[in-house]
Amino acid sequence: MAGKKLLLANDHIEGIRSLRVYRQHGGYQSLEKALKQMTPEQIVEEVKASGLRGRGGAGFPTGMKWSFLAKPEGVARYLVCNADESEPGTFKDRYLMERIPHILIEGMIASSFALGARTSYIYIRGEYFYVARILEQAIAEAYEAGLLGKNILNSGFDHDCYVQVGAGAYICGEETALLESLEGKRGNPRIKPPFPAVAGLYGCPTVVNNVETIAAVVPIIRDGGAAYASIGIGKSTGTKLISASGHLNKPGVYEIELGVPVEEFIYSDEYCGGIRNGKKLKAVVAGGSSVPILPAELILKTANGEPRLMSYESLADGGFASGTMLGSGGFIAMDEDTSIVKNLWNFSRFYHHESCGQCSPCREGTGWMEKILHKILDGNGTLADVDLLWDIQSKIEGKTICPLGDAAAWPVASAIRHFRKEFEEYVKNGKNIRDVKHYYRLNNLVEI
Amino acid sequence: MAKVTIDGITIEVPDGTTILNAARMIGGDIVPPTMCYHSKLKTSGGYCRTCLVKVSKGSEKDPRPMPKPVASCRTNVMDGMEVENLLSPEILEARAGVVEFLLANHPLDCPVCDQAGECDLQNLAYENGKVATRYEFQKREFEKIDIGDKIQLHMTRCILCYRCVKTADQITDGRVHGVLNRGDVSEISTYIQNAIDNDFSGNMIDVCPVGALTDKTFRFKSRVWYTKPVDAHRDCPKCSGKVRLWYKGEEVLRVTGRKDQYGEVQDWICNDCRYEKKNTSDWVIEGPSHVLRDSVISANHYESLKALKATIDRQRKGLPHGHKTTLGHGALDPNNTH
Repeated sequence: MAGKKLLLANDHIEGIRSLRVYRQHGGYQSLEKALKQMTPEQIVEEVKASGLRGRGGAGFPTGMKWSFLAKPEGVARYLVCNADESEPGTFKDRYLMERIPHILIEGMIASSFALGARTSYIYIRGEYFYVARILEQAIAEAYEAGLLGKNILNSGFDHDCYVQVGAGAYICGEETALLESLEGKRGNPRIKPPFPAVAGLYGCPTVVNNVETIAAVVPIIRDGGAAYASIGIGKSTGTKLISASGHLNKPGVYEIELGVPVEEFIYSDEYCGGIRNGKKLKAVVAGGSSVPILPAELILKTANGEPRLMSYESLADGGFASGTMLGSGGFIAMDEDTSIVKNLWNFSRFYHHESCGQCSPCREGTGWMEKILHKILDGNGTLADVDLLWDIQSKIEGKTICPLGDAAAWPVASAIRHFRKEFEEYVKNGKNIRDVKHYYRLNNLVEI
Repeated sequence: MAKVTIDGITIEVPDGTTILNAARMIGGDIVPPTMCYHSKLKTSGGYCRTCLVKVSKGSEKDPRPMPKPVASCRTNVMDGMEVENLLSPEILEARAGVVEFLLANHPLDCPVCDQAGECDLQNLAYENGKVATRYEFQKREFEKIDIGDKIQLHMTRCILCYRCVKTADQITDGRVHGVLNRGDVSEISTYIQNAIDNDFSGNMIDVCPVGALTDKTFRFKSRVWYTKPVDAHRDCPKCSGKVRLWYKGEEVLRVTGRKDQYGEVQDWICNDCRYEKKNTSDWVIEGPSHVLRDSVISANHYESLKALKATIDRQRKGLPHGHKTTLGHGALDPNNTH
């Protein structure tokens, strides 16, 4: 049976992108309810009660983040929407903004009302320029309908919302780098503290939330926090958009109730419909390229043999030794023919390219790891190189200004942890491994 | 006031003091090394990660340890905080890692680098680095760039500490000096090589911890340890006029700002003092500069000789009669009567 859908319930409706159709299907009722029947404090309480957690990757409770916002007298507050969705394997925000831009705009206005923000920004990555146009169109419609601007719906609340297009840098998805970029500076992460809740955009208290998080505020206001919290499992409440990609029969964006078993998500026809071409599953990156990769047996079942669920807690079960993270929900499945080493090199190349260059471990370490992986892939690696890789990642992890260092280190660590044999195979026979699929079949290297 | 314990030594410091500055108040070996932090530059620090320390107890109120190592130059102390620097093997390991990262793409051309001998990276590597590098790939290289007619930028040696960027930002007018590109190909740039003709631009040379920014009037004139630093001052209408003159014989080879024991410039000096006043008659000489004994500049240096003699005497007394020892360079000084 199909799970409950809160964000994508109407995504199939023709013309839902326009304000008219969106309103016909119940759009902007949450905003009306928020502005006319609720106080900002009540909205924050509802979001707290909903148990909503940041959908951008870190999973920090949104209500708590909102309540941390400093509220000094006479100082502007800002809400910034992080639409710089750059994590490889993640494309849920794009889908949502493309299809139903008004749910984001509605969430932005309602959240801004809750936070007391007179102005909000949607910072969208440069590659999504056409999505930015869609959002701008939606904002223009909202202004025309009196949903933005002065005295929204006669509530006395004024609000302006702007779309800002970035230049396409992964690092600008890190909230402080995003703020720097939004201020027109080089997108370098700031050193924290101070956190954005105290000194964010232009030095003012700022909340930065992911697109999906802000959109989720709409159903929370509509149905109440308790109703939202009743969906999901444990502390993973509500629904989550998962961007499924890789060797799946039906890749795409799925809205799941948190707590769906991973096995069901991969194999059931309601979701991904199994592995393409009847092949076996080899490994899964469950939450975007930066989270640890897990082999099939560990993604389907935890180390204790319990079925693994699509939830923050269950995916993290076992720590990094045998677990991973839900992250941003970029679910990448790899079939038995996939070369983990080659895939890792691809990830490492990405992090090398995207490192901002501010702090030394990440600046020098990411490039170094990429070069070693390239060397191994070329068949010139040694076993010492594999150990060196391990050592380098351990010296990057946790020692950098922002989490990009961790994001670059975790895939390397997990690939070596779970697939060391494959690295050794490349060291021994790398020159012969030109066609990975053929080679693996020939040598029965696929163990699962 | 906040009470903080660093490597078992407790000190009370004003609120808002960073861990690094608290450690400097204690002094000695427990002070974490720094490359990018410069106390005279606002918002400097946090980039190089050499000053990482472990906070094993957050504060009296919240005794939880901090989950990750923190940059001591950018983290304020809390009352009751406990910090581990030298006592933590992880931190020493992490620091050795940072040194390796900093050296990975550094050309190690010390034999032809003007900074050698007064280079923070050299000192850091000696104290915290490993004997050999494991980096076996081609190092990145950049073309040399002239920044104005007095400063040369050799990006290949740069460790991107951002000190010069902050100097350009805070000391000079107008922002012409920034960082281009990103990641390991980032480079200090002056936006299409605009000459910096600001009166204080020369200070960027002094704040550079490596040999990336060098004084073109001094390039290849002498190794720094063959020159003798002398503190001097003049009545300068633009700056404090407190400088250090570097003599070779009777000749002033260069003029720099005065650096303290942490390699930080004490007073900014203007370009007139730095480039135009290279005669002894321009200056009021104060006397030989204090140079730390472990600096290579102190080799053959007169000021440290007394201390060296005392050390040698002490050592000799502890040794059996008639036993010959190999002495340091200072002992070979003709003025040494021993």
